[in-house]
Amino acid sequence: MPLDPSFIGRTYPPTEPYEVGREKIREFAVAVGDANPAYTDREAAKALGHPDVIAPPTFPFVITYEAAAQVVNDPELGLDYSRVVHGDQKFSYTRPVRAGDRLAVTVAIDAIKSLAGNDVLTVRGEVHDASGEHVVTAVMTLVARAADEAGE
Amino acid sequence: MAISFDEVEVGTELPAQSFPVTRATLVRYAGASGDFNPIHWNEKFALEVGLPDVIAHGMFTMAEAVRVVTDWVGDPGAVVEYGVRFTRPVPVPNDGVGAVIEVTGKVAALLEDRKVRVDLVATSGGQKVLGMSRAVVRLA
Repeated sequence: MPLDPSFIGRTYPPTEPYEVGREKIREFAVAVGDANPAYTDREAAKALGHPDVIAPPTFPFVITYEAAAQVVNDPELGLDYSRVVHGDQKFSYTRPVRAGDRLAVTVAIDAIKSLAGNDVLTVRGEVHDASGEHVVTAVMTLVARAADEAGE
Repeated sequence: MAISFDEVEVGTELPAQSFPVTRATLVRYAGASGDFNPIHWNEKFALEVGLPDVIAHGMFTMAEAVRVVTDWVGDPGAVVEYGVRFTRPVPVPNDGVGAVIEVTGKVAALLEDRKVRVDLVATSGGQKVLGMSRAVVRLA
């Protein structure tokens, strides 16, 4: 059964703040093999004009994906998560994420479409810091494959 | 050392890079990212859901591709926008070698405020694995 388009525009309550730790950023940078000192060396980050070490450009997904679970697991929406693949992902930054940030995510459903029997769901996460300033917007498209199709 | 907006033009090529990915890489990325979907580490499960093998996290491939941009510009905080489409999975065989993600990039447009748009091409095994892979960066 296709997803109900009346969910378009639905916004979920902001998540509890996620505190970005310096060691978490280091762990993520090591995991993607990225030795840029801006991720691990506070002085190097400061030399680039940042107040503390910053996180790699795709790091915010760690936070926004968890926040998007509100949508994915919303029983009213009824998404079959076992059939979901990640279709696309975009980040738009006001500033990079940095160590010490306390980030809350407000998730909204931007679009619901049906394409060739697949449900296509666009979820936007607006990430703000403790002072309420915008940090990054993460938009992802989830594709729930039609029930008769093999996995990808 | 930072790249200046005045030095680049449409068509300027960024240094290409190759990124190896093995099963160990994926286990490490799963831990760091919190994405423990078994299609990224459990071969039996991956095959059962119709995949050719364990596949790399799309977000891992996305993270590698943008390194061509951040290594070029120096400051990863210069990335203003970054988006990709996940067009094809990267199978990672358990053969001690794994897979390689090859990334090229070039300046596709000069924008206002000393920003440029870089278009990236990411392939693995000769197949394009990301589509519409674009980053907007602010240069010095």
